[in-house]
Amino acid sequence: MKIELNRNRVHNEFTKKVELISGQNLFACYQCGNCTAGCPVAFAMEVGPHEVIRYTLLGLEEEALTVNTFWLCASCLQCTSRCPKGIDIARVMDALRMVVLRKKDRKDYIQISEFPDGFLERVPQIAFISGFRKFLS
Amino acid sequence: MDYLYFPGCTLYTKAKNLDQTARDCSRLLGFELKELPNWTCCGATFPLATDNIMALLPPSRILARARQEGTILTTLCAICFNVIKRTNRLIQNDGEKREKVNNFIELNYEGDLKILHYLEILKQEIGYSQVKERIRRPLTGLKAAAYYGCMLLRPFDEMGFDDKERPTLFEEFLESMGAVAVDFPYKIECCGSFQSVGSPEVATECSYKILGSAVKNRAEVVVTTCPLCTFNIDHKQAEIKQSHLDFNPIPVLYFTQLLGIAMGLDYQSLGFEQNYVDPLPLFKKKGLI
Repeated sequence: MKIELNRNRVHNEFTKKVELISGQNLFACYQCGNCTAGCPVAFAMEVGPHEVIRYTLLGLEEEALTVNTFWLCASCLQCTSRCPKGIDIARVMDALRMVVLRKKDRKDYIQISEFPDGFLERVPQIAFISGFRKFLS
Repeated sequence: MDYLYFPGCTLYTKAKNLDQTARDCSRLLGFELKELPNWTCCGATFPLATDNIMALLPPSRILARARQEGTILTTLCAICFNVIKRTNRLIQNDGEKREKVNNFIELNYEGDLKILHYLEILKQEIGYSQVKERIRRPLTGLKAAAYYGCMLLRPFDEMGFDDKERPTLFEEFLESMGAVAVDFPYKIECCGSFQSVGSPEVATECSYKILGSAVKNRAEVVVTTCPLCTFNIDHKQAEIKQSHLDFNPIPVLYFTQLLGIAMGLDYQSLGFEQNYVDPLPLFKKKGLI
């Protein structure tokens, strides 16, 4: 993927929105990759959490919001507990979800109507409650 | 002594075996779990978006009502424990959020409850030495892997449960029952959590890695504290078997079920019919039932 950088976009409105919702300072990130190295679901992510943080800092809204990284985050806080710069990365991932879910077009990540037969009976409610809070607007 | 107890949604349905066995074991250990009146769901996620006050209301209401009943609140589910403990700490330390939340729930709560997980009650309040004295059927030779998952431990500075990378509290509990605690590198890795709703195949893969790691370290049984972990690593074993032909099912138990066995409770009262992989053949082989 070819990405065009533009200094006028660095730390733009999108970045500030993510920083506001997450309460984190993204300038602190020095791209060590510890978050991605310890992430239990990194194997399924299109890009690692540290790369999404970089996209966000550079103001690349489309690149940051179209990867599956933050949707796959399970909020297990392994990255948060290992970040040498003290960034709560799980909060940044949640903020990215919120940026998408709070838009007017309400692009939900999951559709309840598409659950396979028997899914609602089989899965415990604890998974639905937390899942719906993370994936639905 | 009695402890105020918040069961949480899943312990009344898919994890009845966790709830019931904990109550039965408590009685044998000389304390009662006093269930909170009128409790609601805790929300099952601590809100990570700093402006999400709504998600703080259910746990705050639970806390405020619990404070009217006592000073220590205990839970069994690791997610409830995490949500309630983090919310309690936030109310304690953040005056602005405390005021907002109290205005919403129309109760006045200052964050002065002590939140203890059932395992912490056993260790700090009862003492593992006392637990050891009540063991009637020692689990000698049973190789058990303590699976912490994430929510008991993280965030480390807020939960204060045990060491963030190498906790031992759960293993000590297993050893107090006479079992051999198996150390394995995936004991604090995430099972995929609510991804079992968003991307089920990802959660299945996480669970495979956890179980594979436990088996590789010669575990015969994996022990958990969380109904969601249990769903992912026990009930998804059929899916794991489909995607990994080398995988052999392994029993997954709640820690209180194992305690029930060790304290000599009738195995038929321990709710093993709710476990996906039947642990009874293993117990028979080990001479425990």
